[in-house]
Amino acid sequence: MARLESSFKNMLLTLLGITFLSSAGVGYVYEITKGPKAETERKRQIAAIQAVLPRFSNNPLQEKYAVPTEAGDLIFYPAEKDGEPVGTAVETFTDQGFGGRIRLMVGFLPGGNINDIAVLEHTETPGLGDKIERKKSNFINQFAGQNPEQFDLRVNKDGGDVDGITAATVSSRAFCEAVQRAVEAMNAKDKNIKPIIVEVES
Amino acid sequence: MNQWRNFSKGFFKENGVFVLLLGMCPTLGVTSSAINGLGMGLATTFVLVMSNTVIAAVKNLIPDKVRIPAYIVIIASFVTIVDLVMAAYFPELHTQLGLFIPLIVVNCIILGRAEAFASKNDLLSAFIDGLGIGLGFAMALVMLGTIREVLGSGSFWGYKFIAGDGILVFVLAPGAFIALGFLIALVNTVREKTGGIKGEN
Repeated sequence: MARLESSFKNMLLTLLGITFLSSAGVGYVYEITKGPKAETERKRQIAAIQAVLPRFSNNPLQEKYAVPTEAGDLIFYPAEKDGEPVGTAVETFTDQGFGGRIRLMVGFLPGGNINDIAVLEHTETPGLGDKIERKKSNFINQFAGQNPEQFDLRVNKDGGDVDGITAATVSSRAFCEAVQRAVEAMNAKDKNIKPIIVEVES
Repeated sequence: MNQWRNFSKGFFKENGVFVLLLGMCPTLGVTSSAINGLGMGLATTFVLVMSNTVIAAVKNLIPDKVRIPAYIVIIASFVTIVDLVMAAYFPELHTQLGLFIPLIVVNCIILGRAEAFASKNDLLSAFIDGLGIGLGFAMALVMLGTIREVLGSGSFWGYKFIAGDGILVFVLAPGAFIALGFLIALVNTVREKTGGIKGEN
């Protein structure tokens, strides 16, 4: 069982060979998973939009555009059914969550009312901040159908109309901040749109 | 080599989590639910089996002085492959496990078996060893995950059986340590009683 001796030449050649084969293998798997990965991502985004808007027949992903806000760009997904606009889904976020960034998808109807909201991503505390999720509490349901002009998007504690989650004020406030950001962008969008070039799948 | 004993040692006598006490980071980090534990366990088993096999196959071509970097590159390649495949075909699990998938590279069980076993044994034995230790690791993660999920979330493999929350500490870090500590104590008690610790035969 003689192992190759550790001469400089041997070490160099072995490491070269191993790294070359590894790169080739990983590169190959990357190529064959590229398609399914993009498809999975696309499905996930469509599901998030479907969760917050009424039925639509177009592909909002193909028509998305960005609206700049002071904290960053928000992505807007317009939805239509048979040529008539049925709403716009706005991907918004906040960094004021107790555990960091919370990402939401807010669905707006053509009149500006909020249709519904879905949580895309969060790292809030289990049992406390994670109650922003629909299956953990009713918190998120109070936004459906609200008109942002009349519904003050701040927690009761700060003088607003939102019933915060008990013992999770930071998470509740952060959630409201993300929704407010989406509302502001909705109001500003007619003045300032950044089109997004959508890559055609090859 | 008795391949049955080679395979079965990974489940009890040389269990990576309860006896070798290796791979603690993913064990504590992803076992907040049974399914996550199973997913991580199987991903690690795949990497362990592939890396053990490849390393046993090329062990004579790797000069001694560069063996650690060589093993790590091999292990990292398989972990990357697992990461890519999971992202493409198991997206929910991939999101749940998150950062812990790339961390499989530094799971001490994998490098440990490469150094202690795969580099010194034949291909078949290395393969069987990887399979046994890997599945034993998966078993340990599933045990810990089930306990933590039942106590912490009041659900069993995703099916909630109580309304509301469980004993929340168990889905957080302290609870992981507590549950693992009790499991190791239990395993050690059994090992003492069966003469395992005081005279490993």
